Amino acid sequence: MFKQKHYMALGAVTLATLLLLSLPPHAASRLKLAVGSWFLPLFGLAGTVQQLPITAADAVLPRRELLRQFEILRRDNEQLRVQASQAAATARENDQLRALLGWQRQSPWNLKLANVVMRDPANWWHTVQIDLGSRDGVRENLPVLTIDGLVGRVSSVSYTHAQVVLISDPNCKVSAVVESPAHDMGIISPGGPLDNSFVELSYLSGNASLKAGQNVITSGLGGVFPKGIPIGQIVDARPVEFGLYTEARVKLLVNLGSLEQVWVLFP
Amino acid sequence: MFDVPRSMNLLQTILILAVAFLAVFGEATLGGLRQWLSAQVDLLPALMVYAALNADVVTVSLLAVFGGLWFDALSANPPGVSVLPLFAVGFVIWLQRELILRELPFAQLVLGAIASAIAPVLSVLVLLTIGQQPLLGWGSIWQWLVMTAGGAVATPVIFVLFDWCHDALGYQPRTETSFRPDREIRRDKKI
Repeated sequence: MFKQKHYMALGAVTLATLLLLSLPPHAASRLKLAVGSWFLPLFGLAGTVQQLPITAADAVLPRRELLRQFEILRRDNEQLRVQASQAAATARENDQLRALLGWQRQSPWNLKLANVVMRDPANWWHTVQIDLGSRDGVRENLPVLTIDGLVGRVSSVSYTHAQVVLISDPNCKVSAVVESPAHDMGIISPGGPLDNSFVELSYLSGNASLKAGQNVITSGLGGVFPKGIPIGQIVDARPVEFGLYTEARVKLLVNLGSLEQVWVLFP
Repeated sequence: MFDVPRSMNLLQTILILAVAFLAVFGEATLGGLRQWLSAQVDLLPALMVYAALNADVVTVSLLAVFGGLWFDALSANPPGVSVLPLFAVGFVIWLQRELILRELPFAQLVLGAIASAIAPVLSVLVLLTIGQQPLLGWGSIWQWLVMTAGGAVATPVIFVLFDWCHDALGYQPRTETSFRPDREIRRDKKI
């Protein structure tokens, strides 16, 4: 009886694991979302607890400090409004010129702010979860960025949350271009498991002329990331595969280790 | 192994699963250690050591299935990847539990270190077997060492925590009196 019980447990767990691992991707994704939704009450609780010290700090902030901050923000707001009107005029001019040339009109970026609520507990993946889901219109493969640059893309979506695979993860491949006269193009791939502030720019041509400090932006190829999102700056480059390709180390503009708020880019 | 009531076993199983749930949530939301050491400690293997030494095989199986599924749900792992490694660690310890000096903190520390070292390696092997490409490199050795050391330190703490819970919520042992009916001195007026 004793032996039967533990052999039955061994068989049941092995069978359950094999069944789980052989689930089709769609069913596996749905199962993960269902199990992940068990944590929703804790997310709400954690959010409230995190807000408590902020609310307490707000309550004791002196009026003089608030007025000072208000004045700074008012000036910034006026400056940004002037810049926005200039940008709108430039965009109108750009649209007119594109229409004259018969080019497709560029649609403006539609952004939605999201809070980072969780990080991947496994050390071998670089993903985060945000508090926007399908109820907010988020769907798979939408680009995610901050004001500094590209963060990653949405990999799976539940009703209230979405998982974002970061640019330093092996599952996030980005076609990138170096801002140089040659416009060298390559693929962004992860740097290493410890330091997520560097990534590799691979598959550059063997005769690519790269210099430290050159900007790297998204190329727009692949259909996921629009062209022109800043990624980082070239640190150094080296030939690989006997000079067939060049590989460059890129310092990311975004600090992926301290993400708190991100923008989801809607087409 | 002393006999414990069935309701006590159930309470212990529920408590272990509740701690596993909170541990997975904590690993995903608390990033202090991750920022400092570039690695996150996994508490499930340490919890599995406690379960394997103090609970039955059903609890070990439930912890492996639910703990593994919760962990995989919050990470980019395909569901089920963490279940078998956790169960393998727990099952081997459970089979050898009569030979282990479970009361000694040093034994708990060593078992925690071994479990925390083996479980992530098995998880990565499962991932590679099913065709996934996890982020691995020389830095992974540092992360593995941090996970091993973190799990080793956490295991005795978990034992202390559960002992405290057991004392607070469990049945207290009945105090033995020195009274024995067969030794009672019967006084009589007749001599």
